[in-house]
Amino acid sequence: MKFQARVWKFGDNINTDLILPVTGFYLTPQEQARLVFKANRPGWVDEVQPGDILIGGRNFGMGSSRPAARSLKNVGLACLVAHSINGLFYRNCINFAFPAIECPGIHEAFEESEIAEVDFDAAAVRNVTRGTTLNGRRTPPNLLELVKAGGIYPLLEKEGLIAPKA
Amino acid sequence: MTIAEKILAKKGGQKVVVPGDVVTVGVDVVVLFDNNFMPSIWRDILKVHDPERIVVTFDHRVPAPNQQAAAAQKTGREFVRRFGIKRFHDVGYGQGISHQLVADHGYALPGSVLVCSDSHTCSAGVFNCLARGVGGPDVMYAVTKGETWFRCGETIRYELAGKLSTAVTAKDAFLQIAGAHGAHATQNVEYGGAGLAGLSINARKTLTTMSAELSAEFATFEPDSVMLDWVRARNPVPFEPVYPDADASYFAVRKVDLGSLEPLVALPDSVVNNSQPVKATAGTRIDQAYIGSCANGTLDDLEIAARVVKGRRVATGTRFIVVPASQTVYRDALRSGAIQTLVDAGATIAPPTCGACGGGHMGVLAPEEVCITSSTRNFKGRMGDPSSKVYMGSPATVAASAVHGVITDPREFLD
Repeated sequence: MKFQARVWKFGDNINTDLILPVTGFYLTPQEQARLVFKANRPGWVDEVQPGDILIGGRNFGMGSSRPAARSLKNVGLACLVAHSINGLFYRNCINFAFPAIECPGIHEAFEESEIAEVDFDAAAVRNVTRGTTLNGRRTPPNLLELVKAGGIYPLLEKEGLIAPKA
Repeated sequence: MTIAEKILAKKGGQKVVVPGDVVTVGVDVVVLFDNNFMPSIWRDILKVHDPERIVVTFDHRVPAPNQQAAAAQKTGREFVRRFGIKRFHDVGYGQGISHQLVADHGYALPGSVLVCSDSHTCSAGVFNCLARGVGGPDVMYAVTKGETWFRCGETIRYELAGKLSTAVTAKDAFLQIAGAHGAHATQNVEYGGAGLAGLSINARKTLTTMSAELSAEFATFEPDSVMLDWVRARNPVPFEPVYPDADASYFAVRKVDLGSLEPLVALPDSVVNNSQPVKATAGTRIDQAYIGSCANGTLDDLEIAARVVKGRRVATGTRFIVVPASQTVYRDALRSGAIQTLVDAGATIAPPTCGACGGGHMGVLAPEEVCITSSTRNFKGRMGDPSSKVYMGSPATVAASAVHGVITDPREFLD
């Protein structure tokens, strides 16, 4: 999986209340995506374009288990690259098949709106604007497979363990 | 190996587990709660791996404050009926916050694995259980396939020593750690040391529950007789506690002298790297004081609050909301007289629920309002409007603040 697009930069300790506030809990996933970063960067959801890439700082996605990673996917982002990703948030990235890579130093390697090229399988992130490359942590093979299969729901559906979406 | 590494190895059928390993493990207990059954996340389950391993509780929004919550709970009841789930905690006698119910009923056995899609699931680490908050889909996976995956991180060991002084609680010990050391992302936290002897299970549980706020992968306590007796008194199933190896390799070992701690407060918007001595914020006007949540809704918490407010009245213009974490805690606090004292002082007692801790109901904040809470999080917008401000302190500090209507050092009432 490879992505090339402009980047949006967010800092350290971005929490799940900012990505999916509690006011969205009873909305549809598509409606929830409209609330991403409403409290800390109002209007951003209207600026982001399908396929754009999110750059984060330390401990990205700290906080609750809510399906906030799905909102980032539904807002149209191609993937997340952060200095470090909260363990629970990382699980939800895998669960909802939203490609995410931990890449120490990434926050300093990009200015907002520069162009990134992300090779998800190799965990290589190139700053196309500057011509520099950083290597992140590779996704373990079994989790990589899960992301490519579309995440947990399609897998369980295929095995006849959960019902298809109504 | 550390406690977390040893449990991962045992449950993953491996001889050794080291940081960096991704391990597939069998899951002993899966806990579901009302949010799992919301239509945006729930998918009808056709086959369950083992109904005996499932616990279902409604806690985030109970009793249902709106039609959507009511509908989700109805879906949950249908799931319980369909698969004959015995350990079901509906609104009523057995009601409570999932992590408190795990403690009340001994659901988490030492050396076992427990998952739940609430981030504070590491709470059960107090029982030497490898417990982790996972995503909603992870819960579906564990319910249907009986297993999950974990990534093993480095472990940081906290050696607790000494004894907390009268007005200082485990919440202050946590705020000391969170203030001094910040996030522990991708790392495990292990608590042990001679200081355990002076800490009740409830106090220890505050530390493991709040370890979610350190972004820890797992939080575990070293077993002692107090903990083992607690579990045996509540669950007859045999278990094998797990002790760290003498040559376990830690990323760091840090001493915490409980006797030297003072009451602390976390300033709004972040739990970590944000602690101040209570005197630095004393005098800050508050609209609401809140005691509750999976971290601090225990009998210990209600009793210390009752000691603070005994014979006093909550300040005019301040709302003091107290939420026992379970009906068991509620009944115990009725018997001990703590509830009577709190209500006489002007506290509003809410039914056991996560409630306003997650901004759901029972004390949500309006724009610009200021709250001091003993719950789990103070993020922007966490308890209500994004312009509200949430300070975090111990139940003693929250109760003292309720009396004066401003943030107050509890030593004024307890020393």
